[in-house]
Amino acid sequence: MQMLSRAWRHTLVRHATLAVLGLLVAVVVLMSVDDFRNRQLTELAYMALAAGGLTLLTGINGQISLGHGAFMAIGAYTTALLLQDPETALPLPLVLLASLLVALVVGVLVGVAAARLHGPYLAGATLTLAIAVPGIARYFSTTLGGEQGLRVTSPEPPAWFLDALFFLTGTEPSNSQYYAILGWTLLVVVFFLLANLIRGRVGRRWAAVRDDEVAAELAGINLARARVSAFTVSAAVAGLAGALMAIQIRLAAPTAFELTLSLTLLTAIVLGGLGTLSGAIIGSVVLVYTARIATDVGTAQGLDSIAAAELAPLVYGTVMILVILLAPAGLVGSLLRWRAARAARGADRRTTPPAARPTDPHHPDGPADQQRRPVATTKGDQP
Amino acid sequence: MPASDQVAHATPDPTSATPSATATPALELRDVTVRFGGVTALSAAGLRVAEHTVHGVIGPNGAGKTTLFNVACGFLRPDEGQVVRRGETLARLRPHRLASYGMSRTLQGLGLFDRLSVLDNVMVGADRHGRSGFLGTMLALPGATRDEDRLRERAMEALERLRIAEHARRYPPSLPYALRKRVALARALVAEPTLLLLDEPASGLSSEEMDELAALIGGLSGEMAVMLVEHHMDLVMKVCDRITVLDFGKVIADGSPAEVQQDPAVVAAYLGDDVADLDADTGPATDPATPTEA
Repeated sequence: MQMLSRAWRHTLVRHATLAVLGLLVAVVVLMSVDDFRNRQLTELAYMALAAGGLTLLTGINGQISLGHGAFMAIGAYTTALLLQDPETALPLPLVLLASLLVALVVGVLVGVAAARLHGPYLAGATLTLAIAVPGIARYFSTTLGGEQGLRVTSPEPPAWFLDALFFLTGTEPSNSQYYAILGWTLLVVVFFLLANLIRGRVGRRWAAVRDDEVAAELAGINLARARVSAFTVSAAVAGLAGALMAIQIRLAAPTAFELTLSLTLLTAIVLGGLGTLSGAIIGSVVLVYTARIATDVGTAQGLDSIAAAELAPLVYGTVMILVILLAPAGLVGSLLRWRAARAARGADRRTTPPAARPTDPHHPDGPADQQRRPVATTKGDQP
Repeated sequence: MPASDQVAHATPDPTSATPSATATPALELRDVTVRFGGVTALSAAGLRVAEHTVHGVIGPNGAGKTTLFNVACGFLRPDEGQVVRRGETLARLRPHRLASYGMSRTLQGLGLFDRLSVLDNVMVGADRHGRSGFLGTMLALPGATRDEDRLRERAMEALERLRIAEHARRYPPSLPYALRKRVALARALVAEPTLLLLDEPASGLSSEEMDELAALIGGLSGEMAVMLVEHHMDLVMKVCDRITVLDFGKVIADGSPAEVQQDPAVVAAYLGDDVADLDADTGPATDPATPTEA
């Protein structure tokens, strides 16, 4: 038991166990629900993936990006171009890798510029990106399909995959299940890698740069390098998410990557709590499902489809306002904060006996307490 | 004690640590001049911080202490003059390179990372001893994990040395100021610098805490050279082997605490018009006008 708890403290053991368990649960769930649910869960996977990348950038490294949808677009269009002709199409893993790499390269370029910008200026620059990229897709209508976008010939599941799942579950997975399992596998693997980064030296540097630039620099951290690397990783993950999105919706079109997508991602990480990967998942769940549920409820209440669809932004907004009012650190962030505060109270109780606390100079209440003491007592203390 | 101990890496006797004029100093400022617009903050100021000594920089408010400090650590480029570290001129020193020169500094505003635990704060300070790279960290390779364990061990040692190990898992904003200050000091020490620059380390501390700090700084000279800018006279007199006194951007005195205390220029600069000011600051024990242990 003790050995288990010691092993658990090791980052790799902890993250790998969570990843394997997560993957098992995901496969079981995905294999037991219908195609409709699988498509929803795929959407959840790519949204959570992109939100995880953004969490690292905004939550851990403190750089805001209003343009992460643009990196998703870059990944989606790369995938669409590579899968256009079924005859010459590359194998899927290579397509995904290529989408990731293209987004990564663009991420380096944008990151180098972003490293020099702060706060509202960075927000402005990334906003431009969110607006420009769909515009570029519209402009180059011959190669990128213009307003209609590019059709994506989504690949069929490979034979080994069908065999493996048939062996494991006794049923043949549908295409939707294939994409869903692909999406969740990518989500788990990428989050495993991101969690390692965040918990390790790299993430500590990112967070140090976020909290205090001068002090981070004094510790020997190259600010520009830390910022650019965070931006790059984040963009690459978004590119991968975009590739998955293109495969799922079988289309890469400008309308799918408008500013709303970027803002949705940002909303997701704020809802979940900045700076935690679990927050990114929970935020994405809230976003993907509140919209669906609101629309369903609206339709059930006899609203026509347009009015029902308009309920979603209303519920979105309400949830957002409630979270900011009631849990400003986000859903997961507030939970962690509550736990830290409880641990701190516990530590205080252990280090300072209750009787010693009022006069303890280390205790924040100490001096105030002394001031409240009557003057006579203070004089009496003097010999 | 043989004189050669002053340059050797053995613990020198603080009383015999008067630096010889010929040894290469840990840090030397040569004729440094800094102007802000029309104001000359430092004019041809020079000082030598010898290895394994505690060197204090004092002076009345506005004397140029902070400017000198910022020049020493590369935050400010002087208009004239040079900063020389162990014989090497530091031109265009960028702050993140400071650590690689074996220099560490504390910030007056502490500059702790509020959303990192105390342990992580100190681990950032130890970062220059880390070897694991991006891929190793991402894949949690065994080498990176061991590297991480080593950094954590170093950080815990630094925390234990400053007796704040029990707060390792807490976050700086939840700690009282004096403890936060120790975290900042632990973060500077864990880098194992050979030159530590302390910016007003005693500000905001109670007198017992200041005694503790004095004992700590005194013990550091065995491992490194220390330069501190401070206006708490009793701390400076207690811990420094050598003191440079600034007034109006010029060095008006340089010597051992006893020499400086009796220097007429220093007495004039400090006592000038306002004797009460110094009394309030230092108490009668270290009043330069009345030699200590009289």
